[in-house]
Amino acid sequence: MHTDTRIEIDKDVCIGAGQCALAAPNVFTQDDDGFSTLLPGREDGGGDPMVREAARACPVGAITVSEG
Amino acid sequence: MTETEPVAFPQDRTCPYHPPTAYDPLRAARPLARITLYDGRPAWLVTGHALARELLADQRLSTDRTHPDFPSPTERFSAVKNRRVAMLGVDDPKHRTQRRMMVPSFTLRRAQELRPRIQRIVDERIDAMVAQGPPAELVNAFALPVPSMVICALLGVPYADHDFFEAQSRRLLRGPAVEDVQDARNQLDAYFEELIDRKQKQPEPGEGVLDELVHQQLREGVIDRQEVVSFATILLVAGHETTANMISLGTFTLLQHPEKLAELRADPELLPAAVEELMRMLSIADGLLRRATEDIEAGGTTIRAGDGVVFSTSVINRDQDVYAEPDAIDWHRPARHHVAFGFGIHQCLGQNLARAEMEIALRTLFHRLPELRLAAPADEIPFKPGDTIQGMLELPVTW
Repeated sequence: MHTDTRIEIDKDVCIGAGQCALAAPNVFTQDDDGFSTLLPGREDGGGDPMVREAARACPVGAITVSEG
Repeated sequence: MTETEPVAFPQDRTCPYHPPTAYDPLRAARPLARITLYDGRPAWLVTGHALARELLADQRLSTDRTHPDFPSPTERFSAVKNRRVAMLGVDDPKHRTQRRMMVPSFTLRRAQELRPRIQRIVDERIDAMVAQGPPAELVNAFALPVPSMVICALLGVPYADHDFFEAQSRRLLRGPAVEDVQDARNQLDAYFEELIDRKQKQPEPGEGVLDELVHQQLREGVIDRQEVVSFATILLVAGHETTANMISLGTFTLLQHPEKLAELRADPELLPAAVEELMRMLSIADGLLRRATEDIEAGGTTIRAGDGVVFSTSVINRDQDVYAEPDAIDWHRPARHHVAFGFGIHQCLGQNLARAEMEIALRTLFHRLPELRLAAPADEIPFKPGDTIQGMLELPVTW
């Protein structure tokens, strides 16, 4: 199922709060500039149930999670 | 929205870890209530959690405090409204440019890298307390110096100057007189001007955030000196006062809830969740300020352009639609989505650092001093008035 999950990060909106990486550290990280980015191989969220929590924790709504 | 008589805001807490009982009508009036500010001006108080998240992320609400319509919680705040405050007092797009300069120094990874250094600082302060006590006054012996030393190291501010900047920060946030606030700003401005001079003369930049600002952004003309001063002031003041209050008030709260403290001791894995729950419960920065730049439909009414909008984090974080039994401490509840660090583009820049400091400070304090207890009756220990960051004024302890 989770292979159909798509995660999009709007880097123009991201403020580098790191809330996604705190909520779902197996999927999200912060790049050298502090912006949210997906860990290699986790572009589909890897079935991690915390992905939606991470999206909800984002203070600026920069993360969109969609299915199929 | 429930119609109620406007309530004066802010007011003093009755218990340092609960919202003032005078806010009870505000807690009942979700998601939006009417308040009266110190100068008699009416304003909106956001009290509902969902609406708070929506409005804190809404850029039609401005944080530009220099605007004449910007709401003011105290006469002291009004007296320095015209002064520049980096990031927190700036709207996008300029805010974004400023914040992006700072973000790499405050990532989750950077906070993790700082943990050994924070641990060392915490260990040293406890060693010093043990060498001199018991008893001890925990605010000055521990809660204040720990974050003060950490932010100094991160910014590149000499900790040797801590008596000066801690005193000025205290005056800036609490006065008591209007003149104290103005003079404290002037003194901090002069201090940072001189520090920038010294850093500019150094052939090799030091390792602090300010060193980088001076040797890169200032030299390249991306920002001016006044902006560096403004960054330095907010990072230093926000970087130590807030965390110090969370450590002192967090310790007091844990000592007043021995069964919750015992649970935490038995399972240290609970600590990160406990820090979130303490942030939710204590909501020390209670009263985030905004001004509506346009008419906004919210909570079944219209917030008019020019209206002042205040967010009571202590009330929002106890919204019973989101948190069952909101006045009780529960380390197992999902407290993550509290707004104690704010929400939207201005959410606390230093939150990852603050979390690391709180975790290390509380874990180490209760581990090293298992017999830690209050050295005075709880109801006689003074705490801060409602018109500033909440926390303990003193915390006499023994062990």
